[in-house]
Amino acid sequence: MKAFAALLERLAFTPGRNAKLAHLEGYFRDAPDPDRGYALAALTGDLSLGRVKPALLRGLAEERVDPELFALSYDYVGDLAETVALIWPAAGAEGDLRLADAVESLSALGRVEAGQKLAGWLDTLGPSERLALLKLATGGLRVGVSARLARAALARVGAPEVEEIEEVWHGLELPYRELFAWLEGGPRPEAAALAPFRPVMLSTPTDAEQLDPLDPAEYAAEWKWDGIRVQAVAEQGTARLYTRTGEDISAAFPDIVERMAFEGALDGELLIRHGEVVAPFADLQKRLNRKSAGKTMRTRHPAALRLYDILTWEGEDLRPLPFNTRRTRLEAALTTLDEPRFDASPILDFTTWEELANLRADPPEAVIEGVMLKRRDSAYTAGRPRGPWFKWKRDALLVDAVVLYAQRGHGKRSGFYSDFTFALWDGDALVPVGKAYSGFTDEELRRLDRFVRDHTVERFGPVRSLQPRLVVEVAFEGLNRSRRHRSGVAMRFPRINRIRWDKPAAEADHLPALTALLPPEVTP
Amino acid sequence: MTEPLLDLTPEGLFSPALGAHIDPHRPVARAIITHGHADHARAGHGAVLATRQTLDIMAIRYGADFAGQTQVADGEITMGRARVRLVPAGHVLGSAQVVIEAGGRRAVVSGDYTRTANPACAPFEPVPCDLFVTEATFALPVFRHPPPEVEIARLLASVAAFPERPHLIGTYALGKAQRLIMLLRQAGWHAPIHIHGALQRLCDYHVEQGIPLGELRPATMDRAEARALSSAIVLAPPSAFASPWVQRFADPVVGFASGWMQIRARARQRGVELPLVISDHSDWGQLTATVEELDPAEFWITHGREDALMRWADLTGRRARPLRLLGYEEEAE
Ligand SMILES: [Zn+2]
Ligand SMILES: [Zn+2]
Repeated sequence: MKAFAALLERLAFTPGRNAKLAHLEGYFRDAPDPDRGYALAALTGDLSLGRVKPALLRGLAEERVDPELFALSYDYVGDLAETVALIWPAAGAEGDLRLADAVESLSALGRVEAGQKLAGWLDTLGPSERLALLKLATGGLRVGVSARLARAALARVGAPEVEEIEEVWHGLELPYRELFAWLEGGPRPEAAALAPFRPVMLSTPTDAEQLDPLDPAEYAAEWKWDGIRVQAVAEQGTARLYTRTGEDISAAFPDIVERMAFEGALDGELLIRHGEVVAPFADLQKRLNRKSAGKTMRTRHPAALRLYDILTWEGEDLRPLPFNTRRTRLEAALTTLDEPRFDASPILDFTTWEELANLRADPPEAVIEGVMLKRRDSAYTAGRPRGPWFKWKRDALLVDAVVLYAQRGHGKRSGFYSDFTFALWDGDALVPVGKAYSGFTDEELRRLDRFVRDHTVERFGPVRSLQPRLVVEVAFEGLNRSRRHRSGVAMRFPRINRIRWDKPAAEADHLPALTALLPPEVTP
Repeated sequence: MTEPLLDLTPEGLFSPALGAHIDPHRPVARAIITHGHADHARAGHGAVLATRQTLDIMAIRYGADFAGQTQVADGEITMGRARVRLVPAGHVLGSAQVVIEAGGRRAVVSGDYTRTANPACAPFEPVPCDLFVTEATFALPVFRHPPPEVEIARLLASVAAFPERPHLIGTYALGKAQRLIMLLRQAGWHAPIHIHGALQRLCDYHVEQGIPLGELRPATMDRAEARALSSAIVLAPPSAFASPWVQRFADPVVGFASGWMQIRARARQRGVELPLVISDHSDWGQLTATVEELDPAEFWITHGREDALMRWADLTGRRARPLRLLGYEEEAE
């Protein structure tokens, strides 16, 4: 538990991705089996103990500490597990508890027995280990590690690439002994799970200039849909829906999974579609945020698949075949399936790049983000090979906004005010519309930093409020309606495109200019 | 009726028998100063009684003319209608408790203190008394400071894991900085330690006083030098982290050494990546154990979190009084 507790402690305070990876890698290298496997599952959220409820925890503590002293402490600390971990009276010698023993016992016990067991362990542990144990038992590590980040760290431990790890991921069983054995040079684990995920082929960004020397005849073009990329796999009666990083989201989309009456693996876009009309991304987001989907959710925001590739079909691996052949096979498969919620993403008709540019500039639906280009002779290769697939995104939306708050950055931007909250005019008032930082040059970073220090109105910890004087051009990919923001809108992928040192704040954009860009609301 | 040994006035704690204030936060005619931290030691008093080291530190901070006159507390001194002596408090170099005796009764004012060994100053000396006046900075049962060696080991493990990232540790200039340096030396770290300019004079003074801090280098290198650092530990006062001084370091690990780092929300507020729980104050266990050990008829609580200590006094049947003294900064030490 000591090593795991130390890992959690460092992760909880480490903002940088690289440093997080280094901490994880170190732990996975050094920790023994089966502890590291349980740790991995706990970090990725694949371990659901969560048997110990807050009231039980508080009760255990109040049997040992005066309730009034406990209340004063909890009030100050603000987190129940942390309060209990800190306040628990040390009862003699500090022992160590194997993470594996804790996990195995907790998952075997009922609630009351789990509480008693927990109290016994807390007596023998130090405060940092107590906190790790309590977070484990109550089921909330919250150290900012996604399954994806954990797999990236695993890929640093041994030879297998992250795509290979993603491929076997869903077939693995706790405590992942064969995974670690593989990382350390052993045999690759058999993909034991039915309907496993296949690593996806990704595209690279392009623009008119880069396309110019290429022959348009060699490429097929499709719309780039503003949904999420998914892989629909159905094999021997098991159907699963995966994100492009291999997260299994089947439970959230039963309306898709129950229609997957085929034998194969399809690649496409998950959308919310009412008849022929595709709903804005925000509607899909509502369903993605949930672990499961009730009947109301499903009828209000019905999911659909718009497919663009076929990886396997009825036992045959189609990935080595050229795109054109796969496309024909996909269309044939969809015809046989005859499922109204599954359709093929249409192939665009164009002969010159200019024609394609015109299509891209004026797409038929608001939920189109640009176009995809795929070499007609390309095989389906995992990862992001440069060339066979391109995304040519619609130009970003732009707005001139006034910077209102600045926050000190981390890591390479340590000490610099580099994260900004910006606002638009709404009448005479400035309304915050988003937050962004971006890859400024060193010179710009220094100048911005100086600006912030010279125009500070108030300081709150690492944040400063500023005189409303600096205008920045913010680029973003799209807009959603949002009730959580005062402005009523939420930007997607905002970043600072340009600093407008020359522009007076009074000439920044007004909120209605932004809300006019909102997609129309689609209702069933 | 006997004259009280201690009383409360708008300027702070006052001893009518001595005719002197203790750590007053406004200028007074006669002051006894427990230690050199800015919230206890202010400039502008008529006369100041303190340890040699506290007087030296005040002169370094405020200039030689920080008070009308000064007196070194050496042994027992008769002042007014009482006797006074200063005994070590274990908090920072020169820190002392004020022991006041008159009419067969004894009061002890702790100032700030810790019972944890501190290689940069003399240890706390318990003096049994009738009235004990304690600080309460960390007076909640959640404050249990780990052994400082454990925290230093965490720092060194991080330096070993990220040798290319300089470790910038926030630390107060008086006491904490030197203690950190001494703890690092005791842990076998003999490489030069870089210090921010604001720490220089007090570090020099510690060396003059026989505290061997080892090789210290000014952390005023330029960008190129700062970026070439490897396995570097840099100490700086907290204020430096909001200043452009930090910008010379590439991708630093920012740490902070303070008892507050035990609470995650506090560490997050500061944007710290490596919180180090190293305190010059008593934690809950030390505060309550000290009161039990001295077993005074009554104890008073100067500054900090008095609610929890009052509750503890209730539960253990002790007489206690919260003074709720203002003007002491919880963060400043
Ligand atoms: Zn102090
Ligand atoms: Zn103090």
